[in-house]
Amino acid sequence: MSQSYDRGAVEDFGRWTEFSAGMWAWILHKFTGWVLVGYLFTHIAVLSSAMQGGAVYTETIQTLEGLFVVRVMEVGLLAAAVFHILNGIRLLMVDLGIGLEAQDRSFYASLVITGAIVVASVPTFLSGLGGGA
Amino acid sequence: MSTQPQDAETEQPAEEAEEAEPESEHQQRRMAEKARRAEERARTREKRDRVAEDEETYHLRVFRYDPDVDGKGDPYFDDFHVPYEQGMTVLDALIYARDHYDPSLTFRHSCQQAVCGSDAMFVNGRQTLCCKTQLNELDEPVRIEPLPHQEVVKDLVVDMEHFYDQMEAVEPYFQAIDTPEVEDLEEQRQSRENREKIKMSTRCIWCAACMSSCNIAAGDNQYLGPAAINKAYRFAMDEREEDEVKEHRMNVLADEHGVWRCQTQFSCTEVCPKDIPLTEHIQELKREAVKESLKFW
Ligand code: SF4
Ligand code: FES
Repeated sequence: MSQSYDRGAVEDFGRWTEFSAGMWAWILHKFTGWVLVGYLFTHIAVLSSAMQGGAVYTETIQTLEGLFVVRVMEVGLLAAAVFHILNGIRLLMVDLGIGLEAQDRSFYASLVITGAIVVASVPTFLSGLGGGA
Repeated sequence: MSTQPQDAETEQPAEEAEEAEPESEHQQRRMAEKARRAEERARTREKRDRVAEDEETYHLRVFRYDPDVDGKGDPYFDDFHVPYEQGMTVLDALIYARDHYDPSLTFRHSCQQAVCGSDAMFVNGRQTLCCKTQLNELDEPVRIEPLPHQEVVKDLVVDMEHFYDQMEAVEPYFQAIDTPEVEDLEEQRQSRENREKIKMSTRCIWCAACMSSCNIAAGDNQYLGPAAINKAYRFAMDEREEDEVKEHRMNVLADEHGVWRCQTQFSCTEVCPKDIPLTEHIQELKREAVKESLKFW
């Protein structure tokens, strides 16, 4: 044992195709968590425009809502929030020791439900685009 | 060949019958799931066997590294084409490659029946016991590497010292204060229910597959890791140990690098060759730790 070799992080992101359900759940939970934290700050920033008077606030909101990207990002935000909530419930169950053998299926279920809700929400989010909110 | 499929099939019903007794419903469901997966694997196996009959060789890509030989100090992969025989495991293939092609190929193995825990390796991107893995369940080329997150000593041999240190850190031995007098030779009985509760946790063979699969353990070298926590579970949940001992065990487990590090990725549970519900045990200990600390408030 004169010398040994440190292979470092073998299971890095390059192996994402081999990740299991639990791993994906963990990654997505972290990711959506950070997205929500990030949103919180922009949310506060937008809301604080009201400090300069109602008109400024209304104008800010109208401009933002008039942008297509913003609408798309809203859909993304909903997706992040819904997934985070559903997976949060899943993790709560895991913490309580309920249904651990179904943890992969409950993860897939969270994904499917998130997908369904997001798709259903698209018309609402994209409605009135260009024609004023 | 060590694990002939026929053996595996005859063994299984026996095991199930034994396990069918006072199992929790939960455990039953888990075992049903396992059985389903095993069946699935058997099907792929059959399919592959038919293919293998004309193919006849299996292509292995094996990680090589030898710091003592010039030119082998930088890791590389070697290819071996091993003639396939029905029921061949990954370990059998490695043994064949070593005995017929390259005697310097180094790997640990002993029992060839999933008992000694010495041949956990990283096969096609998954921690697995080589002697428990049928070759024909795998996609070719079969990529065989040493366990990740452990230093490689030579070829497929990794340094297990750290893993053993973690295992020992949880004092993996029975420590009842109040043991019967030696003269009365009295047995220390455990209730059936209690035995059932810890049954799965006693099956660990110290293979380190779980530790290697855990990316929390990879990031935090002090984290006890799934195997050690499971070992602690085996004793903390044993009713014959007194409360004081359990308290002491919980102190070790509720440490900063103990159970709280687990983020329930289920990687360990997924790879454990002995089907130990590791995550479940860790979660249970987390709840115990909460209860324990609430008591002292
Ligand atoms: S818990 Fe399972 S994977 Fe971990 S060392 Fe024990 S037998 Fe191996
Ligand atoms: S050789 Fe003993 S566990 Fe595989």
